[in-house]
Amino acid sequence: MRETRQTRAGSRRRTRTVTGIVVLASLLLAACSGEQNALDPAGPFAQGPHDLIVPVAIIAAVVFVLVQGLIIYSVIRFRTRKDDDGSLPVQVHGNTRLEIVWTVIPAVILAVIAVPTVQGIFEQMDDPGGDDVLAVEVIGHRWWFEYYYPDYDIYTANEMAIPTDTPVRLEMTAADLARSPEQGVVHSFWIPRLAGKQDLVPGQTTFLNMQADEPGRYLGQCAEYCGLSHVNMRARVEAMEPADFDTWVEQQSTPAEVPEDGTLEADGRELYNDLDGRQACASCHQVWEDEGDARAAGQGPDLTHLLSREEFAGAIHDMTEENLRDWLEDPNSMKPMQYEVNGIGMPDLDLSEEELDALVAYLLTLDPES
Amino acid sequence: MSSSTVEKSGFSGRPKGESGIGAWLTTTDHKKIGIMYFFTVLVFFALGGAESGLIRAQLAQAEQNLLTEEIYNQVFTMHGITMVFLVVMPLSAAFFNYLIPLMIGARDVAFPRLNAFSYWVYLFGGIFLYSSFLLGGAPNGSWVGYAPLSTDAVSNMAFYAAGLNIVGVSSLAAAINFIVTILNMRAPGMTFMRMPVFIWMSLVTNFLLLFALPIIAVALFMLNADAVFGAQFFEPGTGGDPVLYQHLFWLFGHPEVYIMILPAMGIVSEILPVGARKPLFGYAAVVFAGAAIGFIGFGVWAHHMFTSAIGPVARSAFALSTMFIAVPTGIKIFNWVFTMWGGKLRFTTPMLFSIGFISMFTIGGLSGVTHAIVPHNAQQHDTYYVVAHFHYVLFGGALFGLIGGVYYWFPKVTGKLMSEKLGKVHFWTWLLGFNLTFGPMHMSGLLGQPRRTAVLPGELGGTVEIYNLLSSLGVVVLTVSALVFLFNLIASIKGGVPSGNDPWDARTLEWLTPSPTPYENFPIIPTVTHRDEFWHRKYAEDDAGKAIPVPAGAAEDHDADAEPEHIHMPDPSYWPLVQTLGFFPFGYGLVYGNFWLIGIGLAWLVIGLYGWIIEPLAEGDDDDPVDEPARPGARAGAH
Repeated sequence: MRETRQTRAGSRRRTRTVTGIVVLASLLLAACSGEQNALDPAGPFAQGPHDLIVPVAIIAAVVFVLVQGLIIYSVIRFRTRKDDDGSLPVQVHGNTRLEIVWTVIPAVILAVIAVPTVQGIFEQMDDPGGDDVLAVEVIGHRWWFEYYYPDYDIYTANEMAIPTDTPVRLEMTAADLARSPEQGVVHSFWIPRLAGKQDLVPGQTTFLNMQADEPGRYLGQCAEYCGLSHVNMRARVEAMEPADFDTWVEQQSTPAEVPEDGTLEADGRELYNDLDGRQACASCHQVWEDEGDARAAGQGPDLTHLLSREEFAGAIHDMTEENLRDWLEDPNSMKPMQYEVNGIGMPDLDLSEEELDALVAYLLTLDPES
Repeated sequence: MSSSTVEKSGFSGRPKGESGIGAWLTTTDHKKIGIMYFFTVLVFFALGGAESGLIRAQLAQAEQNLLTEEIYNQVFTMHGITMVFLVVMPLSAAFFNYLIPLMIGARDVAFPRLNAFSYWVYLFGGIFLYSSFLLGGAPNGSWVGYAPLSTDAVSNMAFYAAGLNIVGVSSLAAAINFIVTILNMRAPGMTFMRMPVFIWMSLVTNFLLLFALPIIAVALFMLNADAVFGAQFFEPGTGGDPVLYQHLFWLFGHPEVYIMILPAMGIVSEILPVGARKPLFGYAAVVFAGAAIGFIGFGVWAHHMFTSAIGPVARSAFALSTMFIAVPTGIKIFNWVFTMWGGKLRFTTPMLFSIGFISMFTIGGLSGVTHAIVPHNAQQHDTYYVVAHFHYVLFGGALFGLIGGVYYWFPKVTGKLMSEKLGKVHFWTWLLGFNLTFGPMHMSGLLGQPRRTAVLPGELGGTVEIYNLLSSLGVVVLTVSALVFLFNLIASIKGGVPSGNDPWDARTLEWLTPSPTPYENFPIIPTVTHRDEFWHRKYAEDDAGKAIPVPAGAAEDHDADAEPEHIHMPDPSYWPLVQTLGFFPFGYGLVYGNFWLIGIGLAWLVIGLYGWIIEPLAEGDDDDPVDEPARPGARAGAH
């Protein structure tokens, strides 16, 4: 009686495994459209690792089937049968030849896998070199990514614009105060479809290569736990045709326009620079208005061309008038931060309705398209 | 020196109670201490399980906010700390305590008071860590506690640094105790290659603890000093190095993985031969593979840091060492499978959990090899793929093995059997719930879901949401399964079927003595002439390798007719408990930077040590015995 139950249990397990594989495979196929999908590479620096893992996954699957098959076969074949005479089985203590076989074969398989792995490590990390490489500096802050284009003196945040078919060399570090390692914590920059992740370490410089084959918006996020709003630290790469990228560079290299005196927007600009004893926006965020002034990193994201970005607040909120207003009114309800405790994040500025109207109106002028 | 003068020399006499709560508080009996470890683990397992329930509730659907980020981060941090340091490690310690003396034919461990000390430090360290919830919030810097995030006061990681250091003292003291016990206290004739595999794995594990714990102790003290006293070891602004912390942590952290898995491997190596009714296939290979894993385990730490600030040469070196360690692991898996091969398998609950262990651990081992493909590791790292991997190792591996051990040795401890019917319900629901929870995480990770994120971002897409929902449903199944186990445990303690002394037809020495284990373990210390000594007292092999039972009575100890031995058992003591309380002021002093509390704690610990040292013996020593108490049978409080 017990034995038949065991057999049924064994075959149940097999059926379940097969069903599981079918379900997994179908879900996997359905998933290929995800924009943060590590199984759907969209550039050579993601394709290389992908091409390496696929054969390894196949080998692993074969070993999996082999071992699980051996287990299931043993369980069925060597169960104690109903008509068992109660005698003991042959007392085998081992078999040196077999044991050498299952020591050597895995070792050989692993040695074979090791060669392309080591090659891949160096390919992945080497500087791609050449004149067409775009350099971008990435600074991880709690909780947003800042990007600086040294060749063009452009600062932006959350969304990184890159040209297609061009290798991008990211030079990365982490800091909370502008460009100072003090208070910085470890982050990790990860755009799965374009490259694997690389940590950003305060006080040190790390590098990551990236390249997009096709124009598009590639999603990612911080992948190293960095405290309270880690989940709200997203990253985007906007890959565009080289010509469009040139246009983008031109727009970003143009100073922001100053609103005309007497308008609501002008009032907003006043408040932006002086909040009457409260911490002024300008103390952390730069709006670059005069070509004669140097551009500089701030403690908060550069706002010069704020409206050229689709999202804000670590790329978790759409850039809409309503969201901007809510953000200024009560930033912590839009994204948990710790300004009151340790100075990290956006303070609650305690703004009146009129001040909100004016500030939002001003922010909406920071649009290179207008 | 007469015993009466000894009696007066201490701060106190020896405790005299032999039953009731006092006997438990002052016990130095390895069996009682093992039982206390076990029940304490159950409490922390419930807490860690509740935390995982909260995590899965939050992630059951995208963009949910059942918990705020602030609470969620505390919950997942405490889940990791609890399961690693307060559940899996001490559950292994419960087995070490109860079984090591029994399996090597000894009456107790080498240092019985130190053993009690280890337990109390573990318990108080756990209470200390959990007290943080009532004192401004639990640590929220993740169980790895990367600096400099963890040196920021808002992370509350001072509790982590001080608390884990306290718990570490417990493991370190226990490691020394078990190493000395195994090396010095084996029964006559038990050579190294006659030791049960569980004893071998325990020996390797405790050597790993001995060498690995000092490393994290240093890291945690540096972290504590940074967080509370402004020391700046890891502060890049003043030349400190955040990556140094990662190296120190994982130099401990990777051996720690083997610290958690090797005891379970030892347990499975005991259960499988009993369930298959034939000896372990390739005993020597299993033993040496375990030792090899222990050595190589110290050389793979940076594979936890493949995306950190380390260069291509280091990445390559650690890729190779990581692949290399898969070889001895593979040896073990094949040896276990071939232990079943050709046997007559009896699918008791311990056997089911052991087979489940091999099957699930293989999955974790294979995904581990994919981590060694460094270029792609950059995609897997810090995603749910990694969460899936290490749960297949630590839950599908360590916990399956340890639970199998609970079913297997329950009759040894209580003299009763656990319900096989409920045990099988437990196993199949456990297997289903486990795979439902952690299987889908392989996929959600590769589809882009990072770990340690307080909400499931909707932008990851519907497929990832389905996988997360499945994972959350899996936890519901696991919860039901755990309750079945708990019910089975309690019901079997109260009204289990009497098991007899040898319910499984077992092979090792602990089954030679009656169940439940008598106070003195063995009325007569056995003399060992074989590996699997107990089996060889019951069976002989004929020329064809066929086992035949030996005549009844031959299984009795060879020295049965000898004069009764003088049995010396350790005395109970107040001091392990009293001294250990000093860790509270010491620990809170370290968290709040209060030198008064630190001083009080240190003074307490030192005074406790003196009280311990000059404590009198209750029955004199063997050279000068005073009147012996009634024979141990009268002290039937052994379980």
